[in-house]
Amino acid sequence: MISIKDLKKNFGDNEILKGISYEIDKGEKIAVIGPSGSGKSTFLRCINLLETPTSGQIFFNGEEITSPETDVNRVRSHMGMVFQHFNLFNNLTIMDNITLAPVTLKLKTPEEAKETALTLLKRVNLSDKADAYPSQLSGGQKQRIAIVRSLAMNPEVMLFDEPTSALDPEMVGEVLEVIRELAESGMTLVIVTHEMGFAREVASRVLFVDEGIIKEENEPQAFFNDPKDERLREFLSKVL
Amino acid sequence: MNGFGEKFYQDFIQDDRWKFIVNGLKITLIVTVFALLIGVTIGILVGIIRCAHDQQSGKELTGFKKVVLNILNGLCHVYLTVIRGTPALVQLLIMYFIIMVSAKSKVLVAVLTFGINSGAYVAEVFRGGIMSVDKGQMEAGRSLGLSYVQTMTKIVLPQAFKASLPALVNELITLLKETSICGYIGLNELTRGGDIIRGTTFDAFLPLIGVALIYLAIVLLISYLFSFVERGLRKSDQH
Repeated sequence: MISIKDLKKNFGDNEILKGISYEIDKGEKIAVIGPSGSGKSTFLRCINLLETPTSGQIFFNGEEITSPETDVNRVRSHMGMVFQHFNLFNNLTIMDNITLAPVTLKLKTPEEAKETALTLLKRVNLSDKADAYPSQLSGGQKQRIAIVRSLAMNPEVMLFDEPTSALDPEMVGEVLEVIRELAESGMTLVIVTHEMGFAREVASRVLFVDEGIIKEENEPQAFFNDPKDERLREFLSKVL
Repeated sequence: MNGFGEKFYQDFIQDDRWKFIVNGLKITLIVTVFALLIGVTIGILVGIIRCAHDQQSGKELTGFKKVVLNILNGLCHVYLTVIRGTPALVQLLIMYFIIMVSAKSKVLVAVLTFGINSGAYVAEVFRGGIMSVDKGQMEAGRSLGLSYVQTMTKIVLPQAFKASLPALVNELITLLKETSICGYIGLNELTRGGDIIRGTTFDAFLPLIGVALIYLAIVLLISYLFSFVERGLRKSDQH
């Protein structure tokens, strides 16, 4: 579904990604872990072109999205993204946050979009917040709304960029629960996370990104129980 | 007290001299309002061009669009430098005696001068407002498939406008008071109206204090009205 070929990204003279190749199949749940500054967030942000790769190719359903002719807006409308800091639209109510993109892009009529939004809000137990503004919500609520906002676009894949890192510990659970349900529903996920327990439990594959490359990749049991790479062993010994 | 009454009569009642004040006020308000409209229009455009250039350089844009944006940004830069680097009075005189020498309407000269002048300041206020909006807002909009322009108009600009409002009101107040230099091109606005009375009756106190009080009253009214607008815009900030 997503095919990444020799992806490189520089910020000025700083080489963040040094050549990443990876294939993501439909329905897979990919957890990306690694030390901070390793390039894992940049990797994720390259997939929906929030960062423009310096070189390399990315294919989405067979189409090369890194080609200059690609309509990035259309590609992004098929990929949901959830940010560390939620990034809900501060000037809009929760309902408008969710319906803005589908209505503006004419994928749904305002009525349809509202209906979808209410169904999704119910799923995350936040129906009563439809008319609230983001500033009135807790971090955990904001992140659940951010997930709903992405889902309202019916994405084929969801990208999560450290979705629980900015949350109070007591709110991490409620957000992970929503992501877990999403995983169980068959959605394709790529999640950059520091929640090792969650990665082990939910992921179908785990990647260890360090120094701009994928140092190790495996299914979760082998990845956590029998790490091969020296850096990964060191990393796991510190975080587990 | 008798002296005051007599002076008041001489300054404002006799020969309908109050008309200098009222007609002057009318001109002042017309120049201010139309200059404001032009200023805000220019300001928003220039502010957006400058921000688009700063945010987009090196990203996404290629070839022709990038060249156009670079050229526009260069023009905006020159505009801001020249307008903010020279006194408004000099700009007014240049406009009246050099650029629009054949213009029949002094009001038009004043409106254009102050509109162009004010636009430069509004542009910088607006740029500051846009910069103050967290870049995550733009990223979230783009990640949903919205275009740069759609995200800008629906998400970033409304927030930028709210953040800029106090500074915009300040600019409006400055603009109102600055129109008092229109007397230099012989436009009978409020200040000159008072000054004409002073020249006729040789009483400086009442006409000038009267004019000052009128400016003050308008400024207070503007501040009062916009405090309501700000309160309305703050509804998304409640906790």
